[in-house]
Amino acid sequence: MSELSFFIDYSRCIGCKSCVQACEECDTHRGVSMIQLETIDRHGSVQTAPQVCMHCEDPICAEVCPADAIKKTDDGVVQSSLKPRCIGCSNCVLSCPFGVPKYLVSIDQMMKCDLCYDRTSVGKKPMCATVCPSQALTFTTLDEIRRTRAGEPVNEWRFGAEIVKTMVYVIVPKDVRAVEITGLVQLGKRPSTHDPNDIADLLEQP
Amino acid sequence: MSDQADKAPREKPRWREDFPVRWAQERYVSRRELAKFLTLGSALLATAGGVIAAIGNRGRREPKAPEVRVADASSVPVGGSALFRYPTSEDPCILVRGQDGSLRAFSQVCTHLSCAVVYQPARDELFCPCHHGVFSARDGRPLAGPPVRRLPMIQVEQRGDDVVAIGIGSDDS
Repeated sequence: MSELSFFIDYSRCIGCKSCVQACEECDTHRGVSMIQLETIDRHGSVQTAPQVCMHCEDPICAEVCPADAIKKTDDGVVQSSLKPRCIGCSNCVLSCPFGVPKYLVSIDQMMKCDLCYDRTSVGKKPMCATVCPSQALTFTTLDEIRRTRAGEPVNEWRFGAEIVKTMVYVIVPKDVRAVEITGLVQLGKRPSTHDPNDIADLLEQP
Repeated sequence: MSDQADKAPREKPRWREDFPVRWAQERYVSRRELAKFLTLGSALLATAGGVIAAIGNRGRREPKAPEVRVADASSVPVGGSALFRYPTSEDPCILVRGQDGSLRAFSQVCTHLSCAVVYQPARDELFCPCHHGVFSARDGRPLAGPPVRRLPMIQVEQRGDDVVAIGIGSDDS
């Protein structure tokens, strides 16, 4: 792995969708954007959060692939599915804790962010990081991030007892050492908010 | 992913060795390895075949054709024929004396569909009545009708008045 790493600073995202547009133009997946720009609370905030593949150390998407279609290269990049192998079963889509892989019905294949492998493998920045005006998406060294940012980059996610280490860092407040997911998600049926803008609530209503 | 309570790495299933997630752990068979395998494999097969054939052949002799007295020479006139069985009692044969006085013997089993052939002295031919197959009574060649293979010739020898079959002859006679 090169010493250049990918960093996401959600607090800097301004929702301009430059990354979404730039991603479409990457040569490895021309015309299809592999980055997802999530809205956090559409009703109450304009905050958005870009989601690229986190490139797990032990990628569960590849582990569950029955066709051996998802491979991890030496530099730690979890590649998009191999066209001759992918059977479109969507196991990866269901297994990814970050919701990154997307099954494309039109080509009966899963596609996901591969960190613009044609670019990063030769030392260039991924498309999204080159265009992000607020540098919420950055491709640089750890030292540079520590020198220029107020937060701390972490690459450890805790899903209860399950620890996921990723190649991509997220920038969190200084005292945080890992992202605790357990406290953020609510298991089971959540109480109805009766909010007309809450899509999840609308979907759960009978 | 690892387990927080138990830090020991989870044991990978055996099939994972053949289908590793990491590209670097893939084991590809190179063209040279495949060529080597094919060459050595073929050589081994050929050698093994030769050895097995040699072992099978060792100590096995072609059974010598028995000498069997089949008829009295005097009982077969010119243009006449006699039936006998040779080399076993399951193999009907026919002994003929041609117009030149020579004794010749053939298998009586038509090479078409195994009917019994009969001698026709006028044309010096062996005739199969089932489908009108005709063989030469000189060398057993098929001359007409459906048969395409020769009648096997029986080597006979005249010793005094005895006609003795001494072997199944080749077609060059």
